[in-house]
Amino acid sequence: MRATSLAFKENAAQALGDARLQKALVFTRPAFPSRRAAAVAQLPEFERLREIGRDIKDHTLANLDFYLETWAANAERAGGQVHWCGTADEARAAVLAICQRVGARTVTKGKSMISEELEINEHLERHGITPVETDLGEYILQLRREPPSHIIAPAFHLNREDWEESFRASHTDLPADRVFADRRAILAEARARLRARFLAADVGITGANFLIAETGSSVIVTNEGNGDLTQTLPRVHIVLASIEKVVPTLEDACTLLRLLARSATGQDMAVYNTFSTGTRRPGELDGPDEYHVVLIDNGRSNLLGSEFQPMLRCIRCAACLNHCPVYFTVGGHAYGWVYPGPMGAVLTPSLIGVDQAGHLPNASTFCGKCEAVCPVKIPLPDLMRHWREREFERRLTPPAARAGLRIWAWLARRPAAYRLVTRAVAWGLGRLGRRRGRFSSLPFAAGWTSGRDLPAPEGDTFFARYARERRAGRI
Amino acid sequence: MSKDAVLGAIRRGLGRGALPDHLTLGLRARLEQHPRHLIPARSRLPRPGQVALFVANVEKEYGSVVRVAGFDAVPAAIASYLTAQSLPSCFVLAPHPELQAIPWSACPLLRIRTGRAEATDLVSVQHGFAGVAETGTLMLPGTPDRPTTLNLLADTAIVVLRASRIAGALEDAWDRLRAEHQDRVTGGFMPRNVMLVTGPSRSADIESTLELGAHGPRRLHVVLVDDDPAAIG
Repeated sequence: MRATSLAFKENAAQALGDARLQKALVFTRPAFPSRRAAAVAQLPEFERLREIGRDIKDHTLANLDFYLETWAANAERAGGQVHWCGTADEARAAVLAICQRVGARTVTKGKSMISEELEINEHLERHGITPVETDLGEYILQLRREPPSHIIAPAFHLNREDWEESFRASHTDLPADRVFADRRAILAEARARLRARFLAADVGITGANFLIAETGSSVIVTNEGNGDLTQTLPRVHIVLASIEKVVPTLEDACTLLRLLARSATGQDMAVYNTFSTGTRRPGELDGPDEYHVVLIDNGRSNLLGSEFQPMLRCIRCAACLNHCPVYFTVGGHAYGWVYPGPMGAVLTPSLIGVDQAGHLPNASTFCGKCEAVCPVKIPLPDLMRHWREREFERRLTPPAARAGLRIWAWLARRPAAYRLVTRAVAWGLGRLGRRRGRFSSLPFAAGWTSGRDLPAPEGDTFFARYARERRAGRI
Repeated sequence: MSKDAVLGAIRRGLGRGALPDHLTLGLRARLEQHPRHLIPARSRLPRPGQVALFVANVEKEYGSVVRVAGFDAVPAAIASYLTAQSLPSCFVLAPHPELQAIPWSACPLLRIRTGRAEATDLVSVQHGFAGVAETGTLMLPGTPDRPTTLNLLADTAIVVLRASRIAGALEDAWDRLRAEHQDRVTGGFMPRNVMLVTGPSRSADIESTLELGAHGPRRLHVVLVDDDPAAIG
């Protein structure tokens, strides 16, 4: 996916003016947090499980080479083939080589964010192979040639009329004047369409939520069942998995599964948690003859050993997106690459460079909700702050902002000067604004006052008032 | 790029070479012992309570459950479910010995084909390996006598499960698989495919509103065979 993260500000402005998008955001915003809260309230152990989940991932990352080698040996023992890929290019080539060797014409796909990183659909199309997205949300996005806007609810930015419009435009063999009585009718049309695709596909490509070192398995977590049909019906199953997906044992996976669905959709368990281990066994009536795992680094190993290593704990639940005031104001597309929201604001600069994605870690109010709901306790605001520091160090911040930051830093490190200046400013603004009580425009502060008024200070600073109250013995 | 290059990049990041033997020994021991973590207390109940929790959780997830006294009662239970749902009385049946031993001829109207599911099958009857009370989950390992397609292709998926196979927590169900299953290819316990199924297929992709029956079954019905005297409350 070509990144437009550099244009985040323009993207965001456009998103704010997009009435359809805003309608979808307003419609969905309350649902995600309340579902998670209800599920968490039913599990008293949830907080403790978050700590354990964090520790499992930290332990795995510290021994990542060992667990990947163990996983690969076990996957191969079960008839699987592992393709180790350092870059997106290598991963694309590996997938294409498999598809071409087996003479694939159509490839069904389960939902996979790393496949967006690889732009695998475009790559297959360029080589005459038709990829078919089978997740309901991904299916309509493929019809509309749009990228997903959310990592687990890829098409939540669309309203029902968008679905109807796209289906009428794409399924032209059906009567144009057909009526979609309800959402179920839309779902039924997609189901019927895709059923034929599942049966005809030569290769099925899925992602992986986890790899299990102990057994050599890959795991997918879905609600629709499309991922299972994708990996069960065709002769060849290709799994796309990034290196940080591995966990040691089934018990480790159990703990993470307890966290994942609750954090994501507020379910205790997703409908289908499926563990795949190798090829069809002798005597089995179904399952693929070939099972490949394309194991992808694509920049992740650069995070190991850095302050950003905790980001590799992420299990892609989307709780941070679902609770983010910025995400729910501008939607996912504004972020300009595969991963939006707080996790994207940390991961995107890590994978495509802070020079490309420096706006994203700045697009945060630092309200801290993302960290508070993260099932593996990733300190997302801290990591965003680290990106801001790197951006500053690399002189990527605009000159005016750099100058402002430098002045502020000079003052912040000199308490006496800081108090003197803030006192003078508070006194001055207090006097100037005494009549109206607020300012609708101020020099150097247009960024604030163009959208809202600045309340006038009441003539005193916090420090001054604190000192006075202490002297008076009131605190 | 090769395996060595990927592993090399990981080790450079971690600031070390390959792990020395004394450290991998500890990691291997962790894999062999596969220690459990905190298990939620909710499923730590006497047997009748565990079975009741399983039933309640299946129903909470939009599935349905009927309890029958023994395998002999399964055909009638399935026949009456199909009638009640206005479904045809034919289905595809898992070639599992326990299901094959059921006296289906007691319900001569049922038309049964044994094997894997095809796209035209409207109803499938699968053999349940285990149930998980904690979440109302069915553990369905894909084996020659338990084809994976039976979990996926039919509009209505029926699973026959013995009450004695209901475990408390997810880890308890895995322990049963570890103890009871041997894979002929790897020599380990893990079959090619294990599906943990919790309720019928669904999607909330259209306007974040839940609809059942996305690509998999629209209905999930569990026929629970009460073979466990301790589980009958």
